[in-house]
Amino acid sequence: MSVERIRTAVGHIVLMFGVLVSLFPFYWMVVMASNTTPDIFSYPPKLLIGSHLFENMGKVLDNIDFFGSMLLTLIASLGVTVLVLFFDSLAAFAFAKYEFPGRNLLFGLLLATFMIPAQLSLVPQFVTLAEFGWIGSLKALIIPGAANAFGIFWMRQYAKGAIPDELISAAKVDGAGFFRQYLTVGLPVLRPGLAFLGIFTFINVWNDYLWPLIVMTDPNRLTLQVALDQLNGIYGTDYSMVMAGALMSVIPLIGVFLIGARSFIADLAAGAMKF
Amino acid sequence: MAVTSKTAPVVTTTTASTAEKPPNKYKQAFPQYAAVSPFFILFAIFGAFPVLFSIWISFHSWDGIGQMKWVGLEQYNYLLSDVTFWKTIGNTMIIWVLSTVPMLLLALVIANALHNATRLRTFYRIAYFIPNVTSVVAITLVFGSIFSNNFGLLNAFLRSIGVGEVQWLTSPWGIKIAIATIVTWRWVGYNAIIYLAGLQAISADVYEAAKVDGASPRQTFWRITVPMMRPVILFTAVTSTIGGLQIFTESRVLFGDTNNIGGPGDAGLTIVSYLYQSAFIKNQFGYGAAIGWALFILIVLFSIINWRLIGGNDDERLTRRAARRVERRIAAQNAKREAADVR
Repeated sequence: MSVERIRTAVGHIVLMFGVLVSLFPFYWMVVMASNTTPDIFSYPPKLLIGSHLFENMGKVLDNIDFFGSMLLTLIASLGVTVLVLFFDSLAAFAFAKYEFPGRNLLFGLLLATFMIPAQLSLVPQFVTLAEFGWIGSLKALIIPGAANAFGIFWMRQYAKGAIPDELISAAKVDGAGFFRQYLTVGLPVLRPGLAFLGIFTFINVWNDYLWPLIVMTDPNRLTLQVALDQLNGIYGTDYSMVMAGALMSVIPLIGVFLIGARSFIADLAAGAMKF
Repeated sequence: MAVTSKTAPVVTTTTASTAEKPPNKYKQAFPQYAAVSPFFILFAIFGAFPVLFSIWISFHSWDGIGQMKWVGLEQYNYLLSDVTFWKTIGNTMIIWVLSTVPMLLLALVIANALHNATRLRTFYRIAYFIPNVTSVVAITLVFGSIFSNNFGLLNAFLRSIGVGEVQWLTSPWGIKIAIATIVTWRWVGYNAIIYLAGLQAISADVYEAAKVDGASPRQTFWRITVPMMRPVILFTAVTSTIGGLQIFTESRVLFGDTNNIGGPGDAGLTIVSYLYQSAFIKNQFGYGAAIGWALFILIVLFSIINWRLIGGNDDERLTRRAARRVERRIAAQNAKREAADVR
């Protein structure tokens, strides 16, 4: 029993140490964002939270259109998320619950697209969007990502186990068409799965850097990540301000994550197990 | 989790619309085709077409605006003799090894500890997962300051304990270690959560049976835990290989310099950074497309190596996975029976 107890204690010590390492960069971000730049440059460095946080945040707002970028990022993230949830769940519902000619072939094709790295077609994608006249517009951020293979694959696995066939048969007997069956039988049951996919998609779009860097060419219409990078590029010597910007860009997202963190993590792990 | 992953594939049996055969089965399935079509339409425009188009572009010399000039295989010829390109492959590989090896080992240790912990489970999971949902740009800025040569926290610490300072952000190895640290920090928790799910999927009966048979903890680990975790380890190995080969943001943001995105001596220039630099800074679209293909070939190559090493010899992934599931179930049943027999 005591050996068991020591093992548990050691386990917790290991885990707590890991937690410290995990969370330290956030603490350090706050320390730097709340002190002045000369403080940061000094030796020994200040290790505690200072009193200049709001001053530094104010400087961020003076130098870049922070809320403009945030709004743009929010619209893009929400836009992609809503479209992905609809298109992916609809496709997943059809793949999981209906037999139709070519179904397995189409699904195999969908899985095959996993193999293609996004960067392979970076250049032609840019050229294509330029041809459409979408460069610099929100469409370039939203439309190409409006449906994705991962989401359909994941939702299909979820739908297979979660939606009882009897419910679909019953809806059919009631004379409901495919779309009605999706709305009345599929969607309500898929709701927990949609919550996961929604948070997952939102976070990914919000944090995306390479794609918006390439397609959002108008300096007045940058996503938060690109704006933050630019803040660093131009005012890189003002560390405390850059860190205040980083902090401001990170907080909303962590908020979104914490709301659904518990089930989100469980769902993600379950999804990986189905790979 | 184990239960769902095992039973999920079997549920396909009762599906709709098998009763009436004629009139036209394709016409009848119109709603289903419509339902799956958005993905395929979008993929055709923004996925398949660009992939084919990129082959075409890579055979040309093109700045993206002017006339395309056919150069045949010139870009690829140049690629093979381009010292910078090989350097980016080397950089990427080194960063990948420096990040993936500690990342997966630490993840395994943490997963094991999480598996045994009964208290604070939710807290741990969230704390370990937060790095993964944090923006790479923001966190790279933080790590950039920690690793900073002159006033960085790390050097201040090294100074205070009397060890010499390291020029992290100007020396070739320092740069790679800094980038690898960011990657590791972001992905350890993610992989630990996935390993944990894998550990939890192993039935307690199997361990019971091993105990009854007198297996040592080490034997249990190598003979039971590792083989049963194989699909999960494969998953993390494949995803971190693909992710590792595509590292970009960390090195791009770390130096904050548009003219020199790879840092001093290009020591942090990755394959994707080089693609970005060639196509979007130097406007060499043809060369950028060629680098994209090189990256694709590397990813396929490494995925195959991963499957061979961890997944066995069978190429057909789906059947193998099914087979493994059956194996697992049989093993579990056998173990249960054995355990019962002994009792």
